[in-house]
Amino acid sequence: MGKKATAELKQVVIRFSGDSGDGMQLTGTQFSNTSALLGNDVSTFPDYPAEIRAPQGTVGGVSGFQLHFGQTEINTPGDYADVLVAMNPAALRANLRWVKSGGTIILDVDSFNDKNLKRAGYVNDPLPELKKGDYNIIEAPVTEFTKKALEGSGLDQKTVLKTKNMFTLGIVYWLFDRPLSYTEQFFDDKFGKKPQIAEANKTVLRAGFNFAETIEALVSHKVAAAEIEKGVYRNITGNVATAWGLLAASEKSGLPLFVGSYPITPATDILQELSEHKNLGVKTFQAEDEIAGIVTSIGASFAGLLAATTTSGPGLALKTEALGLAVITELPLVVIDVQRGGPSTGLPTKTEQSDLLQAVYGRNGEAPMPVIAASTPSNCYFYAFEAARIAVEHMTPVILLTDGFIANGSQPWKITSMDELPKINVPYAKTDAPYLPYERDEKFVRTWAIPGTAGLEHRIGGLEKMAKTGNVSYVPENHEVMTKERQDKVDAVANFIPELQVEGATEADLLIVGWGGTYGHLISAAHTLQEEGYSVAHAHFNYINPLPKNTAEVLKRYKKILVCELNSGQFKKHLTINFPQFSYLQYNKIQGLPFTVLEIIEHAKTLF
Amino acid sequence: MSEQNNYTFKDFKSDQEIRWCPGCGDSAILNAVQKAMADLGRKKEEYAVVSGIGCSSRFPYYMATYGFHGIHGRAGALASGVKVANPHLSVWQITGDGDALAIGGNHFIHEIRRNVDLNILLFNNEIYGLTKGQYSPTSKYGKITKTSPFGTVEYPFSVGELTVGAHGKFFARTTDNNLKQMTDVFIEAEHHRGTSVIEILQNCVIFNDGVHDLITDKNTREEHQIYLEHGKPMLFGKDNNKGLVLDGWKLKAVTIGEDGITEADILVHDAHEENPTMHSMLINMKLPDLPVAMGVIRAVKATTYDEAVTKQIEWVKESSKIKNMTDLLFSGNTWEVK
Repeated sequence: MGKKATAELKQVVIRFSGDSGDGMQLTGTQFSNTSALLGNDVSTFPDYPAEIRAPQGTVGGVSGFQLHFGQTEINTPGDYADVLVAMNPAALRANLRWVKSGGTIILDVDSFNDKNLKRAGYVNDPLPELKKGDYNIIEAPVTEFTKKALEGSGLDQKTVLKTKNMFTLGIVYWLFDRPLSYTEQFFDDKFGKKPQIAEANKTVLRAGFNFAETIEALVSHKVAAAEIEKGVYRNITGNVATAWGLLAASEKSGLPLFVGSYPITPATDILQELSEHKNLGVKTFQAEDEIAGIVTSIGASFAGLLAATTTSGPGLALKTEALGLAVITELPLVVIDVQRGGPSTGLPTKTEQSDLLQAVYGRNGEAPMPVIAASTPSNCYFYAFEAARIAVEHMTPVILLTDGFIANGSQPWKITSMDELPKINVPYAKTDAPYLPYERDEKFVRTWAIPGTAGLEHRIGGLEKMAKTGNVSYVPENHEVMTKERQDKVDAVANFIPELQVEGATEADLLIVGWGGTYGHLISAAHTLQEEGYSVAHAHFNYINPLPKNTAEVLKRYKKILVCELNSGQFKKHLTINFPQFSYLQYNKIQGLPFTVLEIIEHAKTLF
Repeated sequence: MSEQNNYTFKDFKSDQEIRWCPGCGDSAILNAVQKAMADLGRKKEEYAVVSGIGCSSRFPYYMATYGFHGIHGRAGALASGVKVANPHLSVWQITGDGDALAIGGNHFIHEIRRNVDLNILLFNNEIYGLTKGQYSPTSKYGKITKTSPFGTVEYPFSVGELTVGAHGKFFARTTDNNLKQMTDVFIEAEHHRGTSVIEILQNCVIFNDGVHDLITDKNTREEHQIYLEHGKPMLFGKDNNKGLVLDGWKLKAVTIGEDGITEADILVHDAHEENPTMHSMLINMKLPDLPVAMGVIRAVKATTYDEAVTKQIEWVKESSKIKNMTDLLFSGNTWEVK
């Protein structure tokens, strides 16, 4: 008999892996939702191939889902797994390097046949060797027991085999003392019209759970609820949070939302999510290409809506010319770039932070615009809202950078109520005086005259505008004036964003600097280093252009500045341009993968 | 929409100096649009004139309406965005053969396919004017230009065929030297709900002067053009005694009174027919065998994109329990930490 709940753990990392058709994303999501409902803090990260169905059984077709849950604050999906679920030899081969020594590996032993071993590229069966290593290997007859559990169900073989992921979920539920009820309810809701399918999944889930209880090789663990802030929570991915942040901005500004986008990995979920919210009046426009995505949005903005376009690096490149149009016409526009590995098509499903220079500097002419970055799955909500707030209140396009890691990752989010968000003030043009489209206020912001309003008829466009009147102007001095005013307007945004915060001492030997989606790894590393007695602090940037006003004040208080990012040093370049008085160390990773906390810690220690 | 406002064409002129070349066909088109808008009687602030890049695309600056001069090729996307955002506006897209059919070809076919309620005025002068004389996607095969000194070796697009091919519901053709006809066609286009494509044979006095002369010359145009009107026989000629008949699968020009032809034999124009076969034949008519078709060749009713978007949002709103952001935030799986 398995031993029930003898040990208690603070935190656990589980990695589910299998063929891209094995349902690993669903399995992982079920486990994380169940854990979140139990009060654990959770962070997840799906890792899936670019191919929808790569050849079965090959390493290229392995889809993974990693989750990290615990009774302490969880900031990352975890570096290495305590438990690996491998549905076939390829999954084992692709993921073995991510298993901690002493970790548990749950295998579908039925899939370890010659054919699958060969497909995975194994010359010999790896299991004998693996058993000699420091792992707890559970050879579960997943396929066989799934078939047995559904004997007489009347379901065909293909349908039966589709449920085998539930067998492994059942095992893992037992392993960590989780109830089955959340997942059972999920199937009842999802297959309400096909009760036979719902029943089959539930049967196999229980079969897995019972199997785990029966075998002696397993010990069940408790992971108690985390000490987390009181409030109402939900799980949210970065992409859904981004979509909802735009919806919140629409409500707070009173401007209906228009989103013109072309599907592109890993940003597509945002368009899909928004398409579901016609109930909140969203107009989603699936454009014929990336350019049409942004240009329809610019048209919608001209017509007086809150307009946004969503994309990834290659799409942002295609939108470049139109970004310039939004800059010169000074219309509000939110551009969301969910970064992925580049250049060109690069690594579509992998994460990277390599669009920073493109976002800040990559346009013809002098075309400045604010750039901000979200740093966790859930704060995509706030930064999408913030991008819209800056766009509307400062009459400018704004780029929001997220990345594949936080966009697809999820975490429990303490819901921010609508009362906690500021109102967005729309700088409408007044109708009581002759309209000057390019007259500016003290923030250098022009006003917005909406077509349909009598008396405010005016023309704008991509040709240089005369100050105030907005008429076409080739006057040399005017071009200089307008170029400077456009820059001044973006610079002035610094007065309306929060200052840079430091986590840790206000003076220390080392400041770990990061931006965007690396927050979880960097703060975890900084905490560990602090606990070990190192003089370390962490500053994380969400506002990239303009930088927070106190940036130099912060940087000067630390002996060494280490800029960590998932590129070759783009933010370091940006800091060097803005604050050349400091010297910067850098730590970079360009593998399409997030940092591990461990590698940050190890590198930081070499600096002492 | 057709509220009566006592406008004259002057109410639609902006204070900007017109910078097209003297004698350019664009100025005549501008006059016709201003005349049409005055006649339509719709409120001035409800018009949005949107363009891409090219000589014709300077158009919005000369209009006293809302206007947006975009970037090259993207007029269709810009106009679609404006119209979908606010379906109450009357949106006019000003574009040329380069802007709409070369760099902007993708947006052109897709706005037509969606049937966004726009009036697309496509100024076709078969040349690139603003870049000073290179061939365009409508230049005739063999055309000698600055980038084709030995003649082009590529076949031109037909604006009408492309429109029909993209499942276009409205296509009209007119010429820049016929103010009355242009004005009438523009008014019909505005009354049509959906994407209205109007090909305007426009003369570039500098880089392609006279390219349409054979069709547009005032001395011969009654013989060389046929003005099509829905429900009326397809007649043309100085004495209005010539007409079109079907000869097998082809159209043929005949003269009433010759070879036993009577007016009853002449085809009657049905612009509302959904099947585009006859419209395509009319679009493709070429001199010298057949007159070139002018007027509204195709005008078929269909739901517009902007209308469908609005309706879908209305019914989803009605049937959804989620009425605002707060409802959404607390919907589905949430839990409370106490």
